[in-house]
Amino acid sequence: MKALPKLGGLDDTQLEALVRLKPDVVLLAKSARIIARLEGLGIPVLALEPQTPADVKRVLQTVAIVLQLPDAQAQAEQVWQGIQLQVGQAQSRIPLQAINASVYFEASTGGYAAGEVSFIGDILRQLGLKNIVPKDMGAFPQLNPEFVVRANPQLIVLAQPMATNLAQRPGWSGIAAIKNKRVCVFPFGQADILVRPGPRLGEAAQLISDCVLRSFAP
Amino acid sequence: MNKIPAAQLAAWLVALSLIAMGLGLMTGSLGWEWGVFWSDPIVQDIRLPRTLGAWLAGALLGLAGALAQGLFRNPLADPYLLGSASGASLGVAIALSLGIWGSASFADMSEAMQWAMRLGLTGMAFVGAWAAVLLTLLLAKGVEHTLRLLLAGVVVGVVLGAITSLLTLISPQTLPAMQSFLLGNTSMLSGQACVLMAVVLLFCAGLSWVFSPLLDGLRLGESTAQSLGLRVLPLRIVLLAVMGLATATAVAQTGLIAFVGLVAPHLVRARFTGRSASLLVLSSLMGGVLLTTADVLARGLWAPQELPVGVLTGVLGGGYLLWRIHSSQIAGSSS
Repeated sequence: MKALPKLGGLDDTQLEALVRLKPDVVLLAKSARIIARLEGLGIPVLALEPQTPADVKRVLQTVAIVLQLPDAQAQAEQVWQGIQLQVGQAQSRIPLQAINASVYFEASTGGYAAGEVSFIGDILRQLGLKNIVPKDMGAFPQLNPEFVVRANPQLIVLAQPMATNLAQRPGWSGIAAIKNKRVCVFPFGQADILVRPGPRLGEAAQLISDCVLRSFAP
Repeated sequence: MNKIPAAQLAAWLVALSLIAMGLGLMTGSLGWEWGVFWSDPIVQDIRLPRTLGAWLAGALLGLAGALAQGLFRNPLADPYLLGSASGASLGVAIALSLGIWGSASFADMSEAMQWAMRLGLTGMAFVGAWAAVLLTLLLAKGVEHTLRLLLAGVVVGVVLGAITSLLTLISPQTLPAMQSFLLGNTSMLSGQACVLMAVVLLFCAGLSWVFSPLLDGLRLGESTAQSLGLRVLPLRIVLLAVMGLATATAVAQTGLIAFVGLVAPHLVRARFTGRSASLLVLSSLMGGVLLTTADVLARGLWAPQELPVGVLTGVLGGGYLLWRIHSSQIAGSSS
């Protein structure tokens, strides 16, 4: 992968360099602005936007077919089974006292949480944790800070840049997770794995289970 | 509309402030709550500081708005005129990007970067706002020429805005946090922030009260003000500094709250004509009422989720201005 040419990021793709490489197909996100331009130039595009684990499974199959792998269906199924195995392993490592523990996953600054219906919410549910943000509030709602304090989560999960001085946030010193030091802070490299629905969702489940194991250690 | 005396209007605004703050204390994550207990840590730690903080930030913006409109003799002037908004955004964008690079290793960073990390979001927003104002003054070669100041403010706003966009494009992970800053956010205000804003508000209001005769003089034109014996230049520098300080303090704590600074003085002038000193204080009170009300609505309308408070101030403020334009009270008169 490292040897392959770099063509810029999601929103600043270098069109000329891309066209010069004469790709058979371009895989991209549905929001990419470059889609219309590529279609105009006659380059086939395939827009993928996995949002849920079910989407991830479907995208794996699509990609396998596009790559013209021999026996594409079976190969995709194999990758998916591998992911499921990782999730299963992660789940089996959750200690008993952490099962059904309430969890708050802060998705970004400004009080945005990952709700039950989000991709992360799905992983948390599979691990047997109980999200404090119920289904009807949507995937990434902006919460009133009181809501978190009142819900009194036993575990808090967030990425590095947000994790400074948590106990100093108004009212947070009394939250069970803070009192018992059950806070999972992920550096950005890892947070990236957590928040992107993709083939690394097994890894994401394992990262969280590692942290749960650490924080609930007797 | 009938004009009323300053004292009467002030009494009304104080009463409205108290009502809005009362409602603020009763609006929780579960919607309205009639029984509020002081002993409840949620009320003490979260609801009280954010309610007070929203009022103080609004008051700072109202004051800064009235100062801007007086100094520039322009009814469309607002506190962000000299580039403080874009400067604060750039400061926040730098802090957020550094937060992402910096989580790799703090030790590898240059001294300037470490310094920026220590300042944090609030500090960087404050520094950014000030730096932008200074840059504007520098580009305008001083404060004598109103038009040059306005243009320099526009230039600084555009250029710093472009750099901010570039930074967020490079590290797209900062986008949600950036968005929350751009829309304004009153939910994270702490007790310390309230104390800080209260001190700054008292200081700024005091200074602008003392030096407000300049604004009275400026209403008659710059040369008239000069001939009245006012030392226009030094007074203008002081008032611009006060405006910068009030704006930077509010923006650093709450993000870019739209329209409060622009609308508050207009709302006051609809009911009051008189000395600038009174206008400044009344605008400040009005700003407090506006932002507290917007904050109550932001968390009450859709509890326990929040609407960004800036969206509400924008919609309410924009609607009000439109109504004023159509009832043609603004047209032609800038006082």
